[in-house]
Parts: sequence; C-alpha cells; structure tokens
Amino acid sequence: MPEKIRIRFSVNGEEREVETYPMARLLDVLRGDLHLTGIKEGCGEGECGACSVIIDGELVNSCLIPVLQARGTSITTIEGLGTDGRLDRVQAAFLEYGAAQCGICTPGMILAAINLLERISSPTEEQIREGLAGNLCRCTGYACIVEAVRRAALKPERS
Amino acid sequence: MYKVIGQPVLRKEGRDKVTGRAQYVDDLTFPGLIHGVTVRSEIPRGKIVRAEFARDFPWNEFIIVTAADIPGKNAVSLIIDDQPCLAEQDINHAEEPVVLLAHPDKYLLERARQAVRLIVEPLPAVIALDESIAGTEIVWGKDNTFKSYLLKKGDVDRAWSTADYIIEGEYETGAQEQLYIENNGVIAIGNAREGLTVWGSMQCPYYVQKALMTIFDLPPEKVRIIQTETGGGFGGKEEYPSMIAAHAALLACKSGKPVKLIYDRAEDMAATTKRHPSKTHHRTAVSKDGKLLAMDIDFVIDGGAYATLSSVVLSRGTIHAAGPYSCPNVRIRSRAMATNTPPKGAFRGFGAPQSIFALERHMNRVAAAVGLSPEEFRRRNFLQGGDTTATSQVIRDNVDLAALLDRALGLSSYHDKKQKFAEHNRTNPEIRKGIGFATFMHGAGFTGSGEQYLKSTAAVEATNEGRIRVRVLVASTEIGQGTQTILSQIAADTLGLDYNDIEIAQPDTANVPNSGPTVASRTCMIVGKLVESACTALKQSLVHSGLLFAGYTPTEFAGACAAYTAKFGALRSFSEYEPPPGVQWDDERYQGDAYGAFSWAAYVAEVSVDMTTYEIRVDDFVALQDVGRVIHPVLAKGQVEGGVAQGIGYATCERVVWNSDGRMVNNQMTNYVIPTSMDVPSIRVYFEENPYSYGPAGAKGIGEIPLDGPAPAILNAVEDAIGRRVDHIPLVPEDLVKIIDA
Repeated sequence: MPEKIRIRFSVNGEEREVETYPMARLLDVLRGDLHLTGIKEGCGEGECGACSVIIDGELVNSCLIPVLQARGTSITTIEGLGTDGRLDRVQAAFLEYGAAQCGICTPGMILAAINLLERISSPTEEQIREGLAGNLCRCTGYACIVEAVRRAALKPERS
Repeated sequence: MYKVIGQPVLRKEGRDKVTGRAQYVDDLTFPGLIHGVTVRSEIPRGKIVRAEFARDFPWNEFIIVTAADIPGKNAVSLIIDDQPCLAEQDINHAEEPVVLLAHPDKYLLERARQAVRLIVEPLPAVIALDESIAGTEIVWGKDNTFKSYLLKKGDVDRAWSTADYIIEGEYETGAQEQLYIENNGVIAIGNAREGLTVWGSMQCPYYVQKALMTIFDLPPEKVRIIQTETGGGFGGKEEYPSMIAAHAALLACKSGKPVKLIYDRAEDMAATTKRHPSKTHHRTAVSKDGKLLAMDIDFVIDGGAYATLSSVVLSRGTIHAAGPYSCPNVRIRSRAMATNTPPKGAFRGFGAPQSIFALERHMNRVAAAVGLSPEEFRRRNFLQGGDTTATSQVIRDNVDLAALLDRALGLSSYHDKKQKFAEHNRTNPEIRKGIGFATFMHGAGFTGSGEQYLKSTAAVEATNEGRIRVRVLVASTEIGQGTQTILSQIAADTLGLDYNDIEIAQPDTANVPNSGPTVASRTCMIVGKLVESACTALKQSLVHSGLLFAGYTPTEFAGACAAYTAKFGALRSFSEYEPPPGVQWDDERYQGDAYGAFSWAAYVAEVSVDMTTYEIRVDDFVALQDVGRVIHPVLAKGQVEGGVAQGIGYATCERVVWNSDGRMVNNQMTNYVIPTSMDVPSIRVYFEENPYSYGPAGAKGIGEIPLDGPAPAILNAVEDAIGRRVDHIPLVPEDLVKIIDA
C-alpha cells in the first residue's frame, strides 16, 4: 500500500490540509475528507462533468485529478459560490429559468457556466453551447440552461 | 380564476439544487457505515456449481451474502415473482447477481469482488430476439413468451379484398439506456426482527416496500422506505431500486451495520434495465382516395431474462400501435419475448415510442404509395371527436388533429422548407437537408383498469410550526420533473393560499399514503387531481365546522385551521382515486377506454445529413402538443425539451452494443453517446391548451409524450433528405453508410 501524505490547498478561500494517498481522486477527497458533497460523481471517467470544480481558474473534472496534483492550488466548488446567503447571478438564473431539473448535473454545470463567463463576458448562444459541451444533462435538453447562462451574462457579476 | 397555476413559480427544491445542498443518497453517511458490492455471473445461462473464494484473502473481514441468507421468498416481487433477488441455481443472464460482499474499505471491496470466482455449468443461451421467437431453445415458460395480446376491432381479413393498395413495412428499434446522471444507489439499516429502513434514489417507494416485504417476510410497518433527492429516473428507477435495496438490506441484516450500495457507471449501465428493443410489421389496406381500411400490426419486444414490467410495456405499446387514426378494421398481435440478456424495463414512453416509431414511418410509406403527401394522407384519417381508437375507445376530447398538424407545419415553415430543401439537395451533394414530422398521442395514467386496481390515495394536512401551512402527503417522487412544485401550485389554488403556504412531505412509507408509482405521465393528471380533491375536502371540513366562510382570506384560513386543531386535533383529509364517469375497460377483450385521457402532438424535425461523415444533425425542432391546461409553463417546456433531446439520442446516436453473451460492451459514457449541448438544436415548444374536465385545473399527462415523436419525425426528415428508406433506430453513421452506398 502507498503511504498517506499531507497535502495543502485552498478550497473556497480557506486553507485546508488533508492526509490522504497521493493518487486519491480529488473528487473523493473533496466529498469524503472535506464533506463538500455538492460535487457529484456521474461517470468517473471525465465524460459527464458532474464533478466539475475550478482549479486556479481552470474548469476540471475532479474525478480525473489525483489529489497530489492539487497541492498548493486554489479550488472553487459549488459551496464557494454566493455571498451571505445570496445566490451568485448564475445560480439565481438557473433557479429562475428552470435550468435545474433533477439537479445532479447542476453544481458542475453552474461552475462550467461561471468559468465560461469569466473567459467570455457576453457569450453568443454558440459560445454558451460550446462552453457547456463537457457537462452532460439528461433532463433539460439544455435549452433552459443556455437561456439561464445568457440571462446571467446580462447581470453584473456581483449584485 | 387561477393565481398560482399557470405561473412560473420557483421550483420548491430549486434553491437546494443550485447551491449543492440537496442531499442525494451518496451524500448521506451514517456512523459505522460499510459499503457493498455485487458479484455477477458473467455467463448468460447455466447452472451454478459453486462460488470459489480466493485463498490468502482476508475473507473474515468481509460480510458475504448468498441466496441462502434470504429469510423470505427469493424473488424481486413485481407483477410476477420470476426474478430472483440472488441467483440460487439457475443463471439466466450474464449480469445476474449471485454473491454480495460488504466491507468498510471500498478499494479492498473491489479487490474482493475480483477474488470470487463463480463456477457455472453453461447452458445454450438465447441472445437475439429472433432466436427467442424461433423457439428452438426454450429459456422461459413453455415458449419464451412473457405475454401476448390480440387486439381486434372490426374484421381485418375481410378488408383486404376491398383495398386499392396493400402496403407492408418492417421497422426496428434498439435498446436505450435511461442514463440518469445519478447512478442507482441505496443505504439500508436494520435487522430481520425489528425491521428495515432504506434510503435511496427511486421513483416508487411503495414498490421497494412491497419487494422487501416479500424477501424478508416482514409486514409493511417493518419496512420503511425513504426517497432521497433523486438525480433523474426516466423509468430507470421504477423497478430496479427494489433489487438494489434488497441487496443492501441483506448485507445490513447480516452485518448489523448501515450498508451503502452505490453502482458505478459501468455497472449501472451493464446491469440495470433498458428500453425494450422492438420489431414491428405493418400490413395496411387503403382505398384509392387515401382512407385507411385495415391495419394488421405485429409488434414484438425483447424483455430480457425476466418478466419485470414487460407485460405492461407491451400493453402500452400495443394500444398506441395504431396511433391517432380512425380505421374500421384493426388487428394487433403483440408479444414480449424472453432472451438471456439483462431484463429490460421501464423507460419514459413505456412501449409507445417503439410502436409509434413504426407507425409514423409506415404512414409516410402508405401516403407515398397512394400518391398523397404525408400531411394530406394523415388529414384524411385522423381521429375526430366521436370516432373510435383501436380499442374502440370513443374520443370524447375536443381534439382537432388536422388543426394541430397545420399549426405545427406553419410554425416550422414546413412547406417552404420542403421546397427549398429539394432545390438545395439538387445543387449540394455534400450536405443534404430534409424535413419530416410525426403526429401521435399518449394515454396518461395506468392502462385500462390499472388506476382502479391501484386505488391511489393522497392526503393533505394543516400544520402549525410557528405558522399555519398545508402539507401535501404523497408517495409521488420529485425526480427532476417538478412534482413538488406542481402539486404545491394545485394545492395553493384549490385552497386559495399562497404558493409558500404549501409544503411537500418527503416520500417516506412511514409518513405518506400510497399515491401510486411516479410513472406513466400520471403525477400531474392523476395524483394532482387527488391533491385537488383532498384540498377541497380539507376546506369543507373547516366550512362544515362553522370555522370558515366563503370569500375567506389566507389569514382567516390560518385562523380556522388553528381553531379546528385546538378543538378537534389533527386536520387531515384524504382522497382516493375514482375513475371519471363512463370509463369502461374490458380486460379480457382488451377493448374499451384504455386511458382516461390522451395527450396529442405534432412534432416537426429539420435535419442535415453530411454525405461525407454520414452524420445526422437536427437543425430545428418544433414540438406542439395538447396536454390540457399547462400547470407551470417553465417546467412543462422543460419536460418537452428534455424528452425531445432524449428522442434525438434515441434516433441518431444512442446505440447499446451487445456481445455474444448478451452483455453491454459500451457501458461507459465515452462510447454510449448521448446528446451534448452542441447536438441539440433550440427546441421550439408550443402548447394547445384544451382543458380536460377530469384533470386538476384541466391538466393531462405530459411526461412521456415528448419521447414518442422525435424519432419518427427525424427519420421521416432523413428520408426526405437522402431519398432512401430508413426503417430502424438508432440510425448511426455506420448504418447510413450502408443505406446510402447500397
């Protein structure tokens, strides 16, 4: 058996340290060790995007990242969005425009949308569809999600 | 008249979903929790000789369960009890569960699974549907047939001689994986003496309860089933959760610890149910003026190794096989057959998408043979008020299918595009364009006398936790479609209260009455009506007690509830299903009112076919339907968009690949391809709101109809684009190469 090691990184603005196997999946460490269960496992092979988190500004599938690779990075999960109990503009738009149905893809989808809007502040429909293509949703047919992202882009980042 | 119904109120549980706080089963944990895994046969048919456990493995640390540990009957109880919970001797498909293991460490558990070897004496297996029909090897019952129906209206055999044209066609549909993004999973606690509690991802808590009562030989009060937030179902969590719940409960009883059993994607795709593959043969007699004279339909579905729900899937497929057309002579023969493949099961549409695909392809072929356009041929044959369906059900709805079709054709600029595309295709050999449509119906609620046998119950109660609210008590589950929201809307308007004054109890068999399974497009129309009636009864209790008067305000209502509970105790009212007046069904002859109401639709698809890559792209989609009153415009639109996207996948890319042992080999999201945001066009959704007298506020069923139409509409469009017949789905590029280059 490999030995457990101590790994430090920042999650949602807080410094965290975990003692775990270096090749443990970041997904399991965030869900299991840090109880951030908003991150979901859909496929375990980087296809569905349900486990999306943002690491140093990049959208990644946390099921494909060995935790060692996250050492010293800054990670954002769904739990890190919104301030003082108020929803982030993307969360609010997902709620208002029916973009969350069963909700299992929603945390990853919202992070993908936020990451997209950080890169392109006023995306076209084509750019939204392309930006979300790594996140699968089986409920919505994507229409309400695309609409929510379009609406969110029209709002100021912090309200 | 309605204040909340028809409004886009926010989803009841929406905030928890967008913040990641919603608790799905894998998000729950309990002290001392251990994990479970399943050892499966890997051989499609045979006799179990023994299970060998590898030497030098710490088996004493593991909980091991086999069929011998089952205290009650070894059967996953559903319609008939043919499927064992764990195989004892006979193996009937390659994913059959045989041994269960549990351990606190998930990684060790996976190694343990690989350290168990099942010694099975193989028997000849039947994998293909045709082999099952041929019957040279009998693998189920006396002739491999789970169920057959013969539905007769008029006299088909006498019609052939009067026909100007007789047109035949053969159509096939493949299996389809539900592919909810949350895999099947449960947590079980308990012991066989004191009882069991199971939390899980599921559509039907009372189905799970019934199955566990049989397996553990326990009364209902000792089997408590609680639905956790469920990440999609689409039918895939209708019957399978009974199996996985039983497995976790067996491990929990043996270990005395909470057991979590969550499938990974590969196991979920390989072992759990899929949509039934089908074959349909049509023989149709038509007069030269394009009137249907006779329809002779043979419909066969592959049910896999055990009966599961195949008989009712077959029933719905059979009843929908002749579609929304008036024809004096109809004969439908149908069969559900056994093969040594994992059991097929419920999937949104439940047999109807299969038979409607065949019919709507065939109607285009018949129209062409008669020399009519597909729309003109259908106009001459649509059911109208007073006409009868294939089961001789008189259409009482105020439905005008010709107008519905014309509106859909107008919305999609069908005629203009048809002409433009024909021109485009003459000059553009690389990308061919086409447009096609389908017209169809879907019956809401259980088929025939199903709802009468089910006798569903809903309850509402006034609660006072700081403030008076009304709580809706139903076993109907929220699985993404909006159960909590629409039932709250119905309750709010019936009681004249605010949407926020209504809350929904968590589906928990210890606390909610059995409002029936969350299936069959029945939640809004059937359960919604029960909630409406229960609310009316609650209001009447207050009025009859002299505590509430007409024209009351919400504050007066709260005051009346407070006064009532202070005086009489709990204020709760129940409502039990009653069929609408005049509904008659003959189970023997399979004739009569198959459904309380049908929803009706006309869908138009526009496609491009890339003649280099053989890819089909859906460029535009118009979905027009009459589902009665729309309770929630955003949720209703979401149901249609999601269903159409699944239909696009069903038609063009979702192919289950089976190996010679009947195992799914592409059981990964990497190579079982569902549509992404790049593959789905903007779906234009429209409603024709004809209120239905016996639905809540006039609503009918909506959940399944969106999956019935896309596949035939898309294939009709592909035929328009390439000028070749395309009669099977999924129609993937590998198939198109053969068809186009033939």
